[in-house]
Amino acid sequence: MSRDTPVRPPTPAAAPPEPGARRAAAGRRRRASRTEARNARAAAGFLLPFLALFGLCFLAPIGYALRTSLQRTERTGPLGLGGQEHEVFAGLANYAQALADDRFLAGFGRVLLFGAVQIPLMTLLATGLALLLESAAARGITFFRSAFFLPYGVPGVIASILWGFLYVPGISPLVKIAQSVGWNVDFLSRGSVLWSLANIVTWQFTGYTMLVLIAQLKAVPGELYEAARIDGANAWQVARHIKLPMIRPALVLTCVFSIIGTLQLFAEPMVLRPLSSAIDSGYTPNLHAYSEAFVGNNQQLAAAEAVLLALVACAASFGFLRLVGGHGKERG
Amino acid sequence: MTRPPLRHRIITNALLAVAALYFLVPVYWLIVSATKNSADLFGTFGFWFSRHPHPLRYLTEVLTYDHGVYARWFANSLLYAGIGAVCATLMSAAAGYALAKFPFRGRETIFNVVLAGVLIPGTALALPLYFLFSAMGLANTYWAVLIPSTVSPFGVYLCRIYAAAAVPDSLLEAARIDGAGEARIFGGLGLRLMTPALVTVFLFQFVHIWNNYFLPLVMLSDSDLYPVQLGLTSWTGYADRQPVLYQYTVGGALLSVLPLMVLMTVLQRYWRTGLTEGSVKS
Repeated sequence: MSRDTPVRPPTPAAAPPEPGARRAAAGRRRRASRTEARNARAAAGFLLPFLALFGLCFLAPIGYALRTSLQRTERTGPLGLGGQEHEVFAGLANYAQALADDRFLAGFGRVLLFGAVQIPLMTLLATGLALLLESAAARGITFFRSAFFLPYGVPGVIASILWGFLYVPGISPLVKIAQSVGWNVDFLSRGSVLWSLANIVTWQFTGYTMLVLIAQLKAVPGELYEAARIDGANAWQVARHIKLPMIRPALVLTCVFSIIGTLQLFAEPMVLRPLSSAIDSGYTPNLHAYSEAFVGNNQQLAAAEAVLLALVACAASFGFLRLVGGHGKERG
Repeated sequence: MTRPPLRHRIITNALLAVAALYFLVPVYWLIVSATKNSADLFGTFGFWFSRHPHPLRYLTEVLTYDHGVYARWFANSLLYAGIGAVCATLMSAAAGYALAKFPFRGRETIFNVVLAGVLIPGTALALPLYFLFSAMGLANTYWAVLIPSTVSPFGVYLCRIYAAAAVPDSLLEAARIDGAGEARIFGGLGLRLMTPALVTVFLFQFVHIWNNYFLPLVMLSDSDLYPVQLGLTSWTGYADRQPVLYQYTVGGALLSVLPLMVLMTVLQRYWRTGLTEGSVKS
């Protein structure tokens, strides 16, 4: 282990001795309460800009969504036409409506299926690549690492446009190659388009996951490998019994972020939608909420769906953390 | 260290090469296709150049089409990502520093609320945020995208962990005894000691904003305010009627990923740290 992790706290240069160590106890107590007040004031000053904007962009929308989701629009006037619109309390009616909507639920089922297949596959691929790159047998490590990480620099929308071109029959060289060997492939059919989307996500995020795992692998003390080699362990055994357990926290963390990302799936199906009739406006929960808000013009229902989406994302990530034994819990 | 057997080395590198092919081929296709006009885009084999490749001419066409609207989108993206990431980094640094270095009542509560913010799906927030901003008259302005971009709970998390480890209390105490104010101590000492973490936060946030699609999509209706991604999808939307837009979309996509990919490759070493910083130490 000669390589350092780049972000490492520097060791403090010769620190001056703690001042006031010999002061009287009473003075210390008075000073402590003064210090506390001074601390609170200074901390407030540093925290204020962030907290104000955090409140505006995180807490306020949550509150607003919760409130809106409990309302419905009522129109006064003959036949509910014209007149004035005003919001009235609707209880859980919007939630009931969302949960009774088969297309909304089907969207959830779809992203859960997507996650159940894509996340393990991608994690497996990323772990495999990380272990291969960190093994002594690899050559050209810098090139490979950059090549794998490159797609992370391609925004989701661009990646989808790009793969969209590679899926569409008229233009795609992949389809042309497949047809020339007699394979009539259709990346955009009802049965296959979900996995074509999964491919886009995998292409984008495998390299990133891999880099996170590599960082963790580099933190493994070299003596561990030395000891294993002396015990006669082969490369497989080292990977299985030393490396994998060591990167477990990073694996858990990347999985949680993948779960949250998968439930929000939006850009990829949105971009591929014009190319495939299999993708409708309710293909993912997020797409459904978006079209409720902007096409259906039903803000309250969209808000209820956004709340449900956030709840499921929280439940899924906490459920996952519990399932793996809370190893990924950040210290707080 | 003993060299692994030849068979291992061949298998390992073959597997790595296959993976590299998978990750690089779409980018290669993009580069090749950016040298083609619409007819060749459909008429020639995608993985090879047409007989008359014109990379510069077609990319210039992208930039000049529709009075240079693409350049405008690109500038917008730079503005959102650049200013957003700088503000997010500074505010995260101040907040993380305060949470790490000033013990006060309610500190852990604040930190836990911020941490919960990391786990909230961004798109679940974007819709209500749009409703809120349009009620406030902010929707469809630069602010609508800029303001949310300056908030990074993850940045606060990272800065706190880093400041706790990298900024020694004794140094702060010494500066206080020398009579320096808290703001000056933070600006002079804190920020300097936290620089590596700040670089990471900046990069994460920059790419996060640059890649964000949902927020500008819901917030903006005026195409003059669009970031690149949104502009390009509006082109693909019209491409059915105006096939030349296929060509422009390809060229525009290439131009939009170039700067980020360069940034990515050059600054890779900062990237691998961010996420694991917390888990390595716990």
